[in-house]
Amino acid sequence: MVDARGYSCPIPVVMVQRAVKTDDPKSLTVLVDEQVCVENVTRFANAAGYKVTVSRDGDDYRMELTK
Amino acid sequence: MKKINWTVVLAGVVVGVAALILSGLGNPANMGFCIACFERDIAGTLGLHSAAVVQYMRPEIIGLVLGAMIMALVKGEFRAKGGSSPATRFLLGALVMIGALVFLGCPLRMVLRLGGGDLNALLALVGFALGIFVGTLFLKRGFSLKRSYTLAASEGFVLPAVLLIAGALFLIVPSLFRISTEGPGSQHAPFLIALLIAAVVGALAQRARLCMVGGLRDAMMFKDFKLLYGFAAILIVTILGKLALGGLGWGKLTPFKLGFAEQPVAHSNHVWSFLGMALAGWGSVLLGGCPLRQLILSGEGNGDSAVAVFGMIAGAAISHNFGLAGKGGAAAAEAVSTNAKVVILCGFVILLAISLINLPKGAKKQA
Repeated sequence: MVDARGYSCPIPVVMVQRAVKTDDPKSLTVLVDEQVCVENVTRFANAAGYKVTVSRDGDDYRMELTK
Repeated sequence: MKKINWTVVLAGVVVGVAALILSGLGNPANMGFCIACFERDIAGTLGLHSAAVVQYMRPEIIGLVLGAMIMALVKGEFRAKGGSSPATRFLLGALVMIGALVFLGCPLRMVLRLGGGDLNALLALVGFALGIFVGTLFLKRGFSLKRSYTLAASEGFVLPAVLLIAGALFLIVPSLFRISTEGPGSQHAPFLIALLIAAVVGALAQRARLCMVGGLRDAMMFKDFKLLYGFAAILIVTILGKLALGGLGWGKLTPFKLGFAEQPVAHSNHVWSFLGMALAGWGSVLLGGCPLRQLILSGEGNGDSAVAVFGMIAGAAISHNFGLAGKGGAAAAEAVSTNAKVVILCGFVILLAISLINLPKGAKKQA
């Protein structure tokens, strides 16, 4: 789980990048609170071979990354 | 996977065209837009500094913020937030401004200067890229100015409201303000037209997330070239526009002129242009975006970016009050003062300290 709420891009992408690099997880949950971060994390995750589903969670976005 | 992001290209094209139009309508040469210069002019018109040639209430700054704000409200992306190291951001904003003013242009004007054939901007671009690279080294190790928090909506409207009121006052009671009668500050497109054009650009830049720093940063860190398309589009449109329209002598647009010598509002001190923009690039990476992006984010309700903008305005005042800004038109040896050189070098020390202090615990060992 990466909780990147409150962080502005590119920090959330870096957080996801670090999580992917260290553990290479099959699935990863990412929380962000800006539409622009959803876009940026999705672009990064797709390039890293993950499928992304996004759901709204109040004011936040919950992203499920799966390989 | 190398899909071209056309929103970014469109935003870049519109920025380029808008800059050409604004220069044609009276803005200084190669300065259709310059976030650093225009915030400096606003600092001047408010009397925060006394450089008589750079004082004017630039409607472009107001328009960019308001356009971004309207677009963010329409798209449901307006969100008041803040609390991510505001004092540090103020300081970073000031340093970015001081670095940019030594070179004489924000990253956007650097691209516009290049597009106009001003090769002095080329070494500045190399410095800028190096500054960004250094910044990304810290980002990769987990640098952040810590998280922000959702705040009352009013926080998000502070900068837009301040600019709106300042602009309205300027139109209604101009005698309150200092207005240049010569020099770059006296050269400007008609107020309301510039405001409108900038609002369109602000709205598009909000959609495209356009950022002069983000392009190189994302390319270096993630091999993500999305934002670089905007950078390239601005450059190409400017070159073509200057060749075509400038060659035809449209409006006050100066023609494309390739070279180092006698470029408008510029100097040829390459070492300090390089170092000035390296400082601006590094500082902007720590802030999360270039001066233009800080304006757009302020329009989206980001109070931290608004603080950075206030910091840049303060930095502009410091620049001119202490003789740090580069001298346009001066010989290379005289263009950058000793004060400026000392401050730039101290600026690097401050950026290094901020970069190291804000790494997560244990990151230094990991690195």
